[in-house]
Amino acid sequence: MKHLDDYRDSDAVRRLADAIENVATRPWTIMEVCGGQTHAIVRFGLDTLLPEKLTLVHGPGCPVCVTPAHLIDAAIEIARRPGVILCSFGDMLRVPGTKDDLFRAKSEGADVRFVYSPIDALQIAIENPDREVVFFAVGFETTAPANGMALRQAKALQVKNFSVICSHVVVPPAMEAVLSAPDNRVQGFLAAGHVCAIMGWEEYVPIAAKYHVPIVVTGFEPVDILQGILLCVRQLEDGLATVENQYARWVNREGNTPAQQIIREVFRIIPREWRGIGEIPQSGFGLSEAYADFDAERRFGLTREPVREADSGCISGLILQGRKKPDQCPHFGTICTPEHPVGATMVSDEGACAAYYRYRRSEEEVPE
Amino acid sequence: MKDSTISCPIPHDEGGTVQLSHGSGGVMMHRLLDEIIFPSLGDSPVCAHHDGAVLPATGGRLAFTTDSYVVRPRFFPGGDIGSMAVHGTVNDLAMCGARPLCLSVGLILEEGLPLNELRRIMESLHTAATGAGIQVVTGDTKVVDRGKGDGIFINTSGIGIVEHSLEIGPAAIREGDAILLSGDIGRHGIAVLAARESLDFETTIQSDSALLHEPVLALLAAGLPVHCLRDLTRGGLAAALKELMLDSHLTARIREVDIPVETQVRGACEMLGLDPLHVANEGRMIAILPEESVEEAISVLSEFPVTQNALRIGTIAGEQKGRVVLESIVGTRRVVEMLHGEQLPRIC
Repeated sequence: MKHLDDYRDSDAVRRLADAIENVATRPWTIMEVCGGQTHAIVRFGLDTLLPEKLTLVHGPGCPVCVTPAHLIDAAIEIARRPGVILCSFGDMLRVPGTKDDLFRAKSEGADVRFVYSPIDALQIAIENPDREVVFFAVGFETTAPANGMALRQAKALQVKNFSVICSHVVVPPAMEAVLSAPDNRVQGFLAAGHVCAIMGWEEYVPIAAKYHVPIVVTGFEPVDILQGILLCVRQLEDGLATVENQYARWVNREGNTPAQQIIREVFRIIPREWRGIGEIPQSGFGLSEAYADFDAERRFGLTREPVREADSGCISGLILQGRKKPDQCPHFGTICTPEHPVGATMVSDEGACAAYYRYRRSEEEVPE
Repeated sequence: MKDSTISCPIPHDEGGTVQLSHGSGGVMMHRLLDEIIFPSLGDSPVCAHHDGAVLPATGGRLAFTTDSYVVRPRFFPGGDIGSMAVHGTVNDLAMCGARPLCLSVGLILEEGLPLNELRRIMESLHTAATGAGIQVVTGDTKVVDRGKGDGIFINTSGIGIVEHSLEIGPAAIREGDAILLSGDIGRHGIAVLAARESLDFETTIQSDSALLHEPVLALLAAGLPVHCLRDLTRGGLAAALKELMLDSHLTARIREVDIPVETQVRGACEMLGLDPLHVANEGRMIAILPEESVEEAISVLSEFPVTQNALRIGTIAGEQKGRVVLESIVGTRRVVEMLHGEQLPRIC
């Protein structure tokens, strides 16, 4: 853990905060893309160390938050069918669909299990040949290779009772969606380090050029994040808009090519609905033709009807696009809490609202 | 009961399992009690084959507590449900500043539980009770259908005697008090998690499940004005402190750098996206007492293996907030809240 301690060193954090203070002469708005970064920023109070003229807004990079309600409904519907074991990552279970969540389905008798890896779900399928095992495959480019690997193994082993509900999303189109919104205020990005560890950073070069925004590939520890902000502010102050790599200990230009190979083999690019934001072209992974048999929605005969969610007054869509902050929502901490989340950004640990609730409620009262 | 002549026509071998008829109140049940439950508890319970225990009464105040134990897996590195069922209840008595006197044990067994496992659990329970210097004086056994239980559920109740005149509890906490923590946090939660079949990572972490009554009684014997004690359980350090602050309407200020977390526990937490502040413990406590008693209290606690690394992690502040404020390792401040449910591992 010494390695980790170096990136949480309070002296280094102070030095970086001072450096940012010295470099920033004008107000800038920077978006951290990944929910893991949001979580770290709020948990360590990193934004409180920044000069007031810098604004951090929280991006769409929380896979649980952006999973569309109709896919959660589909997962619940499939889970309730006899003989089905539905496997999911833990933090997906509490997210409400249009009516229920998977925890509710579980409490009512559905066999819903949370797993730590898609390979665990495949193992459950192998051990229960008389049951249909469905894995809720959620996530960004980060989790796609592991999910793809599970499917590749399932195919190789001819596991007939395994399928996935595929809800993969891809980061760069979402960044473009943020940048092309008419009221966009984001001027620079901290790109998601883990996503870039898989995909490399080459694909961000055209975005930086087209929209003239600096993009800094950034890690998740306090020192990483402040270094990323410093690099981004320097570019903004100098009028530059290039891709820089703060997270060089894990990320290179090309990324992890074997992982990308799995993604290309198992998935294909499709348009994808992002909860709270709407459909973004080319922003999701669906199963490729070669793996279409593993599509749970097809196997269980579900058709995708776009569902209009009732207007709950939730502003999570605006939060995910960096246009609002959680504490600007009238429901925050009142009718919307982790026990009774109105929107998905309150459910996942990496959702901006949950992070604010957990670490920052009554922040103004936290005495100095 | 030891010379019981009851004989049972149903074969009963070492490798048997709990059957519904073991809970019937008939012959099978007597065999289960006589062959496994009672012998593993050492000396016959005071109440064996009777409806209750009759205990000698003493002057002074009694402490009384009850707790139910449900853990999967039943055996984990550093303990099992049997030892936990004693440690937890004895520790609850200790947190009242009471010397434990006796325990009751209620067993709910699921049809199909291997008798060998039951035997191991009961022996472990007995060893833990002996370690606490107390006896199981009464109990109950029920059997439920297969699928209606998780192998075994245990309820233990404990009675202890309070031999001091302090009012130990949240109401006694005062502004300026020091907050001591008895050792590193999170071992039990991670040990149990790692032992679950579905989790493929290996650690050598042992649960911290342990008895805390001796160090507590030593603090009291030393005449230290202990204001409040609380053992850390499912909700971890965060929940324990938050509960105390909600009850006392004060504010606990703690420093993250002072809270010890063993390297492997930290590693596992980082990997799974868990916060050690919220991870379960079964043999750790916080003690809240006046500033001037800190040095002596730490010196007393350091005499016992289970609390030998006790240290100060913070101070009680006067704001009437019912909050826990943590100074993070990078020097910023944030509030610490109770979680609304189980910590769920993150996706990425």
